[in-house]
Amino acid sequence: MTRHVSVTLNGTAESLAIDSDTTLLDGLRANGWTGSKKGCEVGECGSCTVILDGKPVCSCLVLAAEVEGSTLVTIEGVQRAAGDLDPLQESFMACGAAQCGFCTPGIIVAAKALLAENARPTRDEIRFALAGNICRCTGYTKIIDAIELTAERLRAEAAPAAEEAAA
Amino acid sequence: MTRFDYREPATLDEAVALLHAAGGEAAVLAGGTDLLVQIRERVRRPAQVLNIKKILGLDAFEFDAQGGLTIGALATARALETSDTIRRHYAGLHAAVVHFASIQVRHRATIVGNVCRASPSADTLPPLIADGATVRILGPAGVRTVELEHFCTGPGRTLLGDGEIVTHLHVPAPAARTGKAYIKHGRRVEMELATVGVAATVALDAEGALADARIALAAVAPTPLRAHGAEAALRSAAGAQGRLDERAFDAAAEAAMREARPIGDVRASAEYRREMVRVLVRRALAQATALAQESTP
Repeated sequence: MTRHVSVTLNGTAESLAIDSDTTLLDGLRANGWTGSKKGCEVGECGSCTVILDGKPVCSCLVLAAEVEGSTLVTIEGVQRAAGDLDPLQESFMACGAAQCGFCTPGIIVAAKALLAENARPTRDEIRFALAGNICRCTGYTKIIDAIELTAERLRAEAAPAAEEAAA
Repeated sequence: MTRFDYREPATLDEAVALLHAAGGEAAVLAGGTDLLVQIRERVRRPAQVLNIKKILGLDAFEFDAQGGLTIGALATARALETSDTIRRHYAGLHAAVVHFASIQVRHRATIVGNVCRASPSADTLPPLIADGATVRILGPAGVRTVELEHFCTGPGRTLLGDGEIVTHLHVPAPAARTGKAYIKHGRRVEMELATVGVAATVALDAEGALADARIALAAVAPTPLRAHGAEAALRSAAGAQGRLDERAFDAAAEAAMREARPIGDVRASAEYRREMVRVLVRRALAQATALAQESTP
């Protein structure tokens, strides 16, 4: 049965037309939000990762009907404004952290959730946070480099602002 | 996905009534991380899915130094993983949730869901069994409580009857001078099912002698198993003085190996699993004993 769920999706109030027995991943994609990728569909690859009420989740393991009233961030909502990429996206390009690119949206969204919680992750903490995201191309080294670089850039951005606030 | 009707009961009583009325054709959705995979893979074909996440209060877990720990049906693996209380008082359970699937899954998956899934390799079951957990069940006839070690009756099967739902788990408060360990053995750490899982809870008396020990095994029988024989062998080898040493750990490990009834499958042969039971029981007992000795009463 088709119904609508109201969500705050990437900062905007949206009404998604969904079937009550489809996953959030299918629901998003059917409504044109195709950035979240459909890999394994059983919660093992992480390519469908979205941020649901502040938490990274596999959108293939959530029913679309469950998210009524929730706040969602998908890869489409990661950039700061149209054309103004998120530092994570910039770093992924700078480090060459994407090859085929299929896993990249899920990894950037998972990394976004990590950096929101921990501004200074160690390489091991990055690996731990990305354990549920599979990349079959890169060997992960450049992905971890890119996330480390992002954290450094964000801290550098935050530092002058903190000094101003203290002055 | 096969088609199903989706419902959101607002109360536990409503959930039980819907579950009972569906006569076995309804499935309870808590975290959903197992159920939605089972539906996708057509292992289960429920006519109705009852999402219990709208029921208020079930996501809480509460600890009291006398009363112990109560875990609501919606408490997630991630919530327990990030709790200092769980890390401090329930170290075995904490170890089980830290390396449980991935962060994405742990944000959704519930402890009660992992218990009700009744997988032979379920990570949370061995430490909860070793800690003497009980299961609170609500059904059409009211509330009943069963010991967790008797809750699973086979792979994917539990004592739950028609219309029954697990509302809480209860884990007793740790006695003074208690140490706990859970060791999950696999080819990798995260995103892995246990090839063998071993939990041990060891309590010492004021003199540092053995007061009580419980050992539980996963992935070596149709259900997670409390190793009563290994516990008895440990008590016997520790003797009247209750001395916990390598010899006592070896005796328990040998007994656990005989109690295990593993199968060979894609992850490991039966022989390998049996050998790992011996290695890991010894190691888990040593870890739990060391933690008990370090703990201040």
